[in-house]
This record gives sequence, structure tokens and C-alpha cells, in this order.
Amino acid sequence: MTVISYRQALHDTLRAELQRDDDVLLIGEEIGVFEGSYKITAGLLAEFGPRRVRDTPICEEGFTGVAIGAAMMGLRPVVEIMTINFSLLAIDQIVNNAAKLRSLSGGQVSVPLVIRTPGGGGQQLSATHSQNLEVFYAHVPGLKVVAPAVPADAKGLLAAAIRDDDPVLVLENLALYNTRGEVPDGEHVAEIGRAAVLKPGRDITVVGYSRAAVIALDVARRLEADGISAEVVDLRSLRPLDRETVCASVRKTGRAVIVEDDWLSYGTGAELAATIAEGAFDYLDAPVRRVAAAEVPLPYAKPLELAALPDAAAITRVVRESLGGA
Amino acid sequence: MPDVLMPRLSDTMTEGVLSQWVKHEGDQVRKGDVLAVIETDKAAMDMEAYDEGMLTRILVPEGASVPIGTPIAVIGEGAAEAAAPSPQPAPDQAERAVVTPPRAPAPPAGPAPAARRPASPLARKLARERGIDLSTVSGSGPGGRIVRADIEQAARALGGPRLAPQPAAATGPQRPAPGAAPAAPAAPAPGYLPGPLHPPVTAPAADAEEIPLTTVRRLTAQRLAASAREAPHFYLTGVADAGQLLAFRAQANARRGADVKITVTDLLIRACATALAAHPEVNASWDETRILRHRHVNIGVAVAIDDGLIVPVIRDADRKTVTEIAREARDLAARARARRLSPDELAGGTFTISNLGMYGIRQFTAVINPPQAAILAVGEAVRQPLVRDDQVTIGTTMTLTLSIDHRAVDGATAAGFLTRLRELIEQPLDIVL
Repeated sequence: MTVISYRQALHDTLRAELQRDDDVLLIGEEIGVFEGSYKITAGLLAEFGPRRVRDTPICEEGFTGVAIGAAMMGLRPVVEIMTINFSLLAIDQIVNNAAKLRSLSGGQVSVPLVIRTPGGGGQQLSATHSQNLEVFYAHVPGLKVVAPAVPADAKGLLAAAIRDDDPVLVLENLALYNTRGEVPDGEHVAEIGRAAVLKPGRDITVVGYSRAAVIALDVARRLEADGISAEVVDLRSLRPLDRETVCASVRKTGRAVIVEDDWLSYGTGAELAATIAEGAFDYLDAPVRRVAAAEVPLPYAKPLELAALPDAAAITRVVRESLGGA
Repeated sequence: MPDVLMPRLSDTMTEGVLSQWVKHEGDQVRKGDVLAVIETDKAAMDMEAYDEGMLTRILVPEGASVPIGTPIAVIGEGAAEAAAPSPQPAPDQAERAVVTPPRAPAPPAGPAPAARRPASPLARKLARERGIDLSTVSGSGPGGRIVRADIEQAARALGGPRLAPQPAAATGPQRPAPGAAPAAPAAPAPGYLPGPLHPPVTAPAADAEEIPLTTVRRLTAQRLAASAREAPHFYLTGVADAGQLLAFRAQANARRGADVKITVTDLLIRACATALAAHPEVNASWDETRILRHRHVNIGVAVAIDDGLIVPVIRDADRKTVTEIAREARDLAARARARRLSPDELAGGTFTISNLGMYGIRQFTAVINPPQAAILAVGEAVRQPLVRDDQVTIGTTMTLTLSIDHRAVDGATAAGFLTRLRELIEQPLDIVL
């Protein structure tokens, strides 16, 4: 185990996979000479050359399509889309080609494509550059969507995504790049589709992913001092969704709060609330509650931005309400 | 009670060390007071309070390092609050982002037997199991909802045994967490999500037998596909008069007795090595940003095994005698078929020979064995009419086809190598001298 940043874990994993498999290549805007907008690809052009690390023009639809074609022909392209907001320009390629070619070809081709892209607000990047659009993709059969919250998973899930024979969107988060944590040394490949219990607890289950899971863990640790034992489940993967781990936790605690760093309507919280109703109804001691971002285009002004995003105080309040302290 | 957060004190700061608390729990704080000294990646700086009130709780001890944005202390409104739990949010913060469920009106005070009493699914289940009438239980939850604790209390009041705690259901793979207990096996949830979420996309075809890939098969496929995909192949075919070569081989084997028979392939290995030494530009590899011209001549010989192709390498073949090559080639081929070659006996080849003459193949083209620049495909030696000195005579010829990676070697260069090879075959003494 070594303590490194989430950013470093992503960088090291890309480098290790480039070294391990000649079919792996990186494609994206400013990932080469400029070394990436968030420096995840620092030094990789110099080490692996322009054939493996491809700078592209500003044309998400074009280079995502190129990567899908390369993947169909047997390569393992890792596309960096600068932020998930720009993936909207490539959504037709992702949803209609990457996700469907295996089925449409009757299994004759697969698309071993990885799209790495950060989401998340809180950086004062304003409404069009601060969105969490991963649920768009998690809705689509044929895609996998993983969302590491901690550096160890940044490594394990990115490696798993690159080795997966189907398209995987790896959701990173701008607010997590500098976070640090223990990362297993050497080969570490996570299983896609398994949630993790970040902290066991008895009284209530708090579910989140990516930044929301990190905040939930922080809240749970602080609640411990007040005698509240909250279990924190990090989904890690939105599709496939590990429904059983969530339901098993709720069957133990009887209560659930879902935290989503995203708008409320039609979101992860809705999906999980329905899942819990199906899988743990007779174990519920309180209604499932959701904590989500305000349903507005995210404001630029810092106080308004902070007010619109879910935070520790909001989670704490809803946990207490759910436990009967309303 | 606003949280005091670790501030961003420089552009490059990602976390800060709380080097000293200037204020202490219970101290009154005014805006602008120095609360603490924070050490960043650049300097130690005073941190001022933005809020008035009492420093009710210090969350980060001196000496600890935390990321920016982490709550480090709580400033409250007075002594009465100091004892309250800290993470209670201020009302203005709590309004946003949180969905407040529609609240049922509070039930009237006192029993109301006719009305349906709100109870949680868990409370209903436990009441059913314990034989407790819900109408006799008063609810302590929001809106008077009956919850698990109320049923447990009612059960105790009835003098029954205390309810067993909920079985600890497993909650999936656990990351190491301080004090985490190992997970118990998962309790199945009846009727929950039957069937696999991801049925297999490809089913075995009814009219085909599925052959699982061996490692050799997979590697052979990967490497040859990569070569065919990436190396622009071109082909040169030459016909050599093989009469002298066959005669020479027969003579050599007759003289040497039964020890190790020399084969046509052995002579061709040595001939190719000699020609490569004279044409080093063919003894090369394309390496994306440069061409590598190899200092050693290491000849690989394609050997068919049950489930693939394996290419053991004869190192420095230009410096070995034909007898040494013959002995080594026999040993390598036998061990290749027995799968007893070590990886280094398969590595480092700079040129490959594939001979299908013994199968009666007249001529063929081979896929280059990457990262080498060329491969020689050798056809059968056949007796056929031959024009010699303007006379039609009967002779023995052999068709040689060279596949070349055009990125590394051009046509004229490769033609020069093939010409030299043909000369050696036609003057076999030059092979051994």
C-alpha cells in the first residue's frame, strides 16, 4: 500500500496499462503535448510516442467515433473527454454505436472502449461545465458506468475498464483529483459492478458514489461521536448496479438515505429507492430519503454554488430526521 | 453553528497542517480574531474567524493535516449550544438540496381506534411476528409513525422476551475500515430481482463446435493479426536452381554417417544468415520512431505444433557451422513439439524461415513475424524443364518468396538480398566456406 492522490492513481494506471498491453492507446484533446487539462496524462506522450498518445482537434464526436472504430478492430482505446459536459457532443457515438454494436452485430464485434471523463460541480465553472451527466449513460444498456470515489478504486476500476471487452465510462470528479488514499501496489483490478461498504454501521444506511460517497463517509464518522452508527455504501458502479449490497445493508439497518451530487428527478436516488422498496420493503423502519443538488443550472457565484450542492450539513440533517429526530 | 473550514491559502495548496490553535474550545470569537495558525506548502499563516460566537468544538487537533474544505472547528452561539451535537446544520443551510417528504398530519392526541395507524413496514412485520396489535401501540416516529423501537417497547411491556436483534446481513465486499467486522453470508431476499441482470450476449452457435483458445493459439493469432494489420507487406518471388544444393546435401550426409542428417532447411538457415550478414539492412526491425539494425543474425524457424505455430531461434547462425545448425535445429524442433522450450529460446529472432516444401507446396507467402522486417517462404524442390545455355534441360528448382515490411526495407534492397541468397543456393560451397 502506498498513499497517493486520486490523480496519481489514474496516471500510474494508464501508464501501467500502456506498458502491459500494446493495444492500449490514449485519445483526446490536449492529452499529449499539454499533458491533459487535469494532468492525468503527464509524461505519457514523451514515454509512449504519438502513436499511443493521440492529441485530437476539438471534435468529441469525431474522436469518440475514431476510438469506437479502433476498438472494433481490436485496439483498446482510452478516450479522455475533458469534462463530462463535453460528452454531449459525442453522445450519439456513445449511445448508438459504442453501446449497441455488440448486440447489433449479433456478438460478432465488441467495443473495448474506455471513456475517462470528470464530472462534478463546486469549482466555479458555472452551469454548462459543472454537471453530473453520468445518469444519462447509466440509463443505457450496453454501457458500463463506474465512478471511483477513492484512489484505490481509481486504480482498480480504471484497470478493470481497460481490460473489459465492452465500453466503460469511467466517471472521475474534479473535486477528488487531489484527494489522497492508500492504493495497493502492483496489479490491482477491481470487479466492475460491486459496491463497497466504506464504513459498517447499525442504525442507518447512507448510499452515494464518487464525491457524494466521500462526503457521506465524513458525515458518518462525525455522527459516530454522537452515538449514531451509519453504514456507508459506495456504489462504485452505476451500471451494472449492485442492488444486492444496497438491499442487504438496508435489511440490516432499516433506514436509508441516498446522497446524489446531481439533480433529484429521475436520478440515482429514485432508482435506489425503488430498488430498496423491491428488495427490503419489510425491513424499512422509515421512508427512504434523498439528498440531492438543487434543481437549477449550477450558479457561478460561490455562495450560490455551495448552496445548490449537497453537503455534509444537509446529509447530517436528513440522517437525523430519518432516525426520528425531526 | 457554522463550520470553520480549512481555507485555501495559496493557489497550489491542496491541504494544510493545523500547526497551532490560538483559540480554544469555549473561547468567545469575534470576526477577524486569529483562530489558528495554518501551515501550507509555502508558509505558516494566521487564519481569521469569519463568524462571531463561541468556539464550541475543535475538530482537527494540532499537527494534523487535512484537505482544504474540511471542517476544522465549529463556532456556535453560546454556552448552551456547546453541549449540543456539532453537525446540526443551521436552518438556512438545511433548506436547500433536501427533499422533505410530504408530511402526514399529526394524529390527534389519545387513541383513535378507527383510524389507520401509520407504521413502518418493519414495525408491521415485527408486530405480526410478535402477535402485537398495532392499535395498542403508540408511535414515536415522525407524524406518530410506529417504528421498530415502539414494537420492542410494547413487547417488553407485555412481558415477552426481548426481540432478537436483526440478523446482521452481509453488505457486499468490504474495504478495510478501522474496526470493521468481517461480513456474514448474505441473507437472500425472497422475490427480489429474479434472473441475471446481464444475460450472455453470444450463445454458442448450434452448427459449430466451440474450440477454446490455448495460450499458444491466442498469442499466434494476436501477433500475426498485428503484423497483417500494421506491417505493410510486399512480396518478392525468386526461383533458384536447387540441383547443386540437393547434391551437396546428399554428399555431405553420405560422408558424415548417421549422426545428424543435414536438411535443406539447415542449409537455407546458414545461407540466409550469410546473405543477411552481407545485407544487414534486411536484418532489421521497424520500431515506430526508428529502424533497428540488429548486430546479431538470429534465424527463427517456424515449427508446426498441434495447436499453433512456434518459432525457435538459432542465434548467431552466420557464425555457426551447418552441422552445429543442424544439431541445434533438431533439438529445438523436438523440444518445441514437446513444449519444453524456454522463453529465451523463442525470443530475439531477426529473420524467419518457413519451409512448406516437404508438404508439396510449390510456393506461398508468409505473414511477417513481428517485429522482424522479413520472412522467407520456401517451396518444394521440383524437377522441371529448365533453360540452360539456350538448351532445355531437366533441373530441380525451388521457389523462394520473401515477405518484407515496407516500413523498414525497400524493394531494391530486398531484391539484392534475395539475389545473394539465390547465388548461395546455386553455389552451395559458398554457404559453408
